[in-house]
Amino acid sequence: MKAYEVVIGLEVHAELNTASKIYCSCRNSFGGVPNTQVCPVCMGLPGALPTLNEAVVEYAVRMGHALNCQIHTVCRQDRKNYFYPDLPKAYQISQAEIPLCENGYLDILADGEWKRIRVNRIHIEEDAGKLLHDDRYSGSLVDLNRCGVPLIEIVSEPDMRSSAEAKAYLDAIKSILLYLGISDCKMQEGSLRCDVNVSVREKGAGALGVRCEMKNVNSFRAAVRSIEYEAKRQIGILEAGGTIQQETRRWDDAKGRSFVMRTKEDAQDYRFFPEPDLGTIVLEPAKVQALRESIPELPGAKVQRYQEDFGFSPTEAMLIAEHKERAALLDACTELGKCKPKSICNWILSDVAKYSNDTGKPICETPLTAEGLTTLIEQVEKGVISNTAARQVFAVMMETAQEPLVIIEKLGLVQNSDRDFLEQLVTEILADHAKSVCDYKNGKTNALGYLVGQCMKRSGGKANPAMIRELVAKKLHE
Amino acid sequence: MKLYRKTASELSAMLRKRECSAAEICKDTLARIHVAEDRIGAYITQCEDVMQQAQKVDKALAAGEVLHPLAGIPVAVKDNISTKGIRTTCASRMLEHYVPPYDATVIEKLRRAGMILIGKTNLDEFAMGASTETSYFKKTHNPHNTEYVPGGSSGGSAAAVAAGETILALGSDTGGSVRQPAAFCGIVGLKPTYGSVSRYGLIAYASSLDQIGAMGRSVHDTAMLYSLICGYDKMDATSVQKSYPDFAAACSADIRGLRIGVPKEYFGDNVHPAVQAAVWKGIRLLERGGAVVKEISFPSMEYAVNAYYIIASAEASSNLARYDGVRYGFRAEKTDSLTDMYVKTRSLGFGDEVKRRIMLGTFVLSTECYDAYYKKALLMQRRIKQEFADAFQMCDVLITPVYPTAAFQPGALAEHPLMRYTGDICTVPANIAGLPAISVPCGMTEQGLPIGMQITGPHFAEQTILNAAYAYETLCGGFPMGGAV
Repeated sequence: MKAYEVVIGLEVHAELNTASKIYCSCRNSFGGVPNTQVCPVCMGLPGALPTLNEAVVEYAVRMGHALNCQIHTVCRQDRKNYFYPDLPKAYQISQAEIPLCENGYLDILADGEWKRIRVNRIHIEEDAGKLLHDDRYSGSLVDLNRCGVPLIEIVSEPDMRSSAEAKAYLDAIKSILLYLGISDCKMQEGSLRCDVNVSVREKGAGALGVRCEMKNVNSFRAAVRSIEYEAKRQIGILEAGGTIQQETRRWDDAKGRSFVMRTKEDAQDYRFFPEPDLGTIVLEPAKVQALRESIPELPGAKVQRYQEDFGFSPTEAMLIAEHKERAALLDACTELGKCKPKSICNWILSDVAKYSNDTGKPICETPLTAEGLTTLIEQVEKGVISNTAARQVFAVMMETAQEPLVIIEKLGLVQNSDRDFLEQLVTEILADHAKSVCDYKNGKTNALGYLVGQCMKRSGGKANPAMIRELVAKKLHE
Repeated sequence: MKLYRKTASELSAMLRKRECSAAEICKDTLARIHVAEDRIGAYITQCEDVMQQAQKVDKALAAGEVLHPLAGIPVAVKDNISTKGIRTTCASRMLEHYVPPYDATVIEKLRRAGMILIGKTNLDEFAMGASTETSYFKKTHNPHNTEYVPGGSSGGSAAAVAAGETILALGSDTGGSVRQPAAFCGIVGLKPTYGSVSRYGLIAYASSLDQIGAMGRSVHDTAMLYSLICGYDKMDATSVQKSYPDFAAACSADIRGLRIGVPKEYFGDNVHPAVQAAVWKGIRLLERGGAVVKEISFPSMEYAVNAYYIIASAEASSNLARYDGVRYGFRAEKTDSLTDMYVKTRSLGFGDEVKRRIMLGTFVLSTECYDAYYKKALLMQRRIKQEFADAFQMCDVLITPVYPTAAFQPGALAEHPLMRYTGDICTVPANIAGLPAISVPCGMTEQGLPIGMQITGPHFAEQTILNAAYAYETLCGGFPMGGAV
């Protein structure tokens, strides 16, 4: 078999969380009783006209800045014409010729390496409704609540070469959307969706292969699986001497397969033309600049800072930075300067992340504060309490929202570092475990850990573990 | 008392002097409809609450409330303007039973002013046509001679005004649909500047060209109605943010020094000699009133119709795509798939002319044809706008015929399919350039059919063209109501 290279481009659709819809004043929120969050405009009733919600433009421009795009201060909206029951006007208002944002890029970290993915464009458009199926009714039902929910479509260049890179790109996009606070990014509610374009070519070949577009990719995991499936399918065809047909395919995540939706021959002609009901979008340069200045420090910059300033590994830095809340906590903790950033990182990625995952609560909804966490870590670093004890304290902190020092006091967790006391303890343990001592002397070095563990156990976890280890080792060599 | 023969201005004064009541005006108008409607066929739907509306106004007047000058005056509305709770059909089978859940902005304004909504008038299906013959429901007849068409597409509104079946009416004008039926029926019809009247609730034919217009039996009446409906509307992104004066109050017949441009291209061989003569007679009358007349040239005019039909059809193909049988309107029965439902619904729901324009529009927007047709039409639009701008450097208004002929008989356009479109040559340039233009009666043919004169002005120069029209009306001694009915 020849060596192949997979080429991937992604079109990400993100619903924006503006208060109202893009072309009317209906509330923009997920769910609701079907066809209740609608008005003549978003239902596409005869005679109703769209008026642009300016917040949508602002949100999109902020995303454009975050992805290093050129912002078109003069652009327009176009109609994309096609028939479908969830599209009540039979056209979607979108942007064809001139998008709001163009020619950007996003640096992603995949397999420990930075890679630049070019962003072709970001444009604004309206979402369509949803088809529902009900057993009590033989046909399909239409819910128009989602009609007119604002979307941005972020189109990448075909710059990704593996499903891992695609995943890293999607993670990064999602993270930026959350940092900007412009989308809820709830894949299960469909507020973040993507179309995946895949082609393969022989390694080293210049021209791109024929691509297939995959629709109905509803999770990042599905994106990864669909890319792997599609690459394999295409390589299989080429290896068998066939040629790839350009087509749109539907990903079926349950079956783990994709199916042809339409071929190039029956590709639709959307007959784009300028939307005559809406004026030209004109942005003041001062406004564009103000929006640029409103962009917070983004995950990419944070990763670099954490690596450079704190010595985190790329993976650690990314695990913190891509998670807005973790990064906020880390930044607040390091600001206090009470303990080592590396210790904070370890705590956030272990106990804090675990608590958040287990309870399903975002960090901000827990009693945890930067002050509390750093005080706790400080006690460990100072040797006042052991790591084990600290875990115990953390659990109580999350339970009761008490100060760590109070908890340590109350539970009597202060570590015992009294040398005489510890020596006495070690002597006792060694006497009680003569066999282990013997094992150690016969070369079984892991007996050391066992003996340390026994000391800790007898002390009720309060003995200073570093000192115990030192004393045990010393006594074994006597 | 034949109140229905009076103008809105007269009735407004009488109401305030208690010489008549709104109920009397309405009763008289309804009686007139009862007599004339069989022969005219102006209305698709007549409102059932006319007398109640009138009593409300009378009660307010009796209570001494200060009402809008048009309170208590009957108005008919073209049936492509959305009226809450009153079916709005666009004269199409597609919307035969469609009842809008909201009022168009102009309807809100009429209601707030206390005007009496009499009914919804007939039109060419979806406003596509020049004779009101493409209506799914009925034919409307010209009140001056019922053997002739009333023009179109606002033929129902024009005929209703001319026949006394209403005092005032709203029409819509995409390529001449207010001005041409006004000319055919011998009344006044104003197509305002694009963006001066909200289109919210006007069921779109061609969004960038459509504009709601006012129709009446006098210039002053028409100005009153226009003053009521114009104004910025936040619901219409193409409406222009500016303040508008009371055009009726400011009407002046003093046109001394007014520079009238007469573009020779509008008086070509295709324009009937009787029309040419009547319009020139009108121009000379204004000249005697103190205006200065200049012959000018408008070279791009011959392309205006082509550009118009490309742009209008393109937009129509998209605007009318929503009539798919899914949510409201007509849906074909016994269909076996989604595509089948779409195809049968649209094949049965639309008439031939609408289908013709949808197909034309779909064609010119297709990827292969976009540059060759649609893009070129937009370039031509830019050139036409420029030529108007140049003309308005030299003159204040342009005076031209409204239509190459007076009213014709039903079926005449069917025999000359191309004339269906080329006849619009005098009216479409104003739509393409978004300019205000007014049609006023300027004489009759030998057969006793009215002829119209068109006065076009620069953007937002409604007052200028209304003044010119008002001066003409004054100089010629007013427009007779007349007619065979």
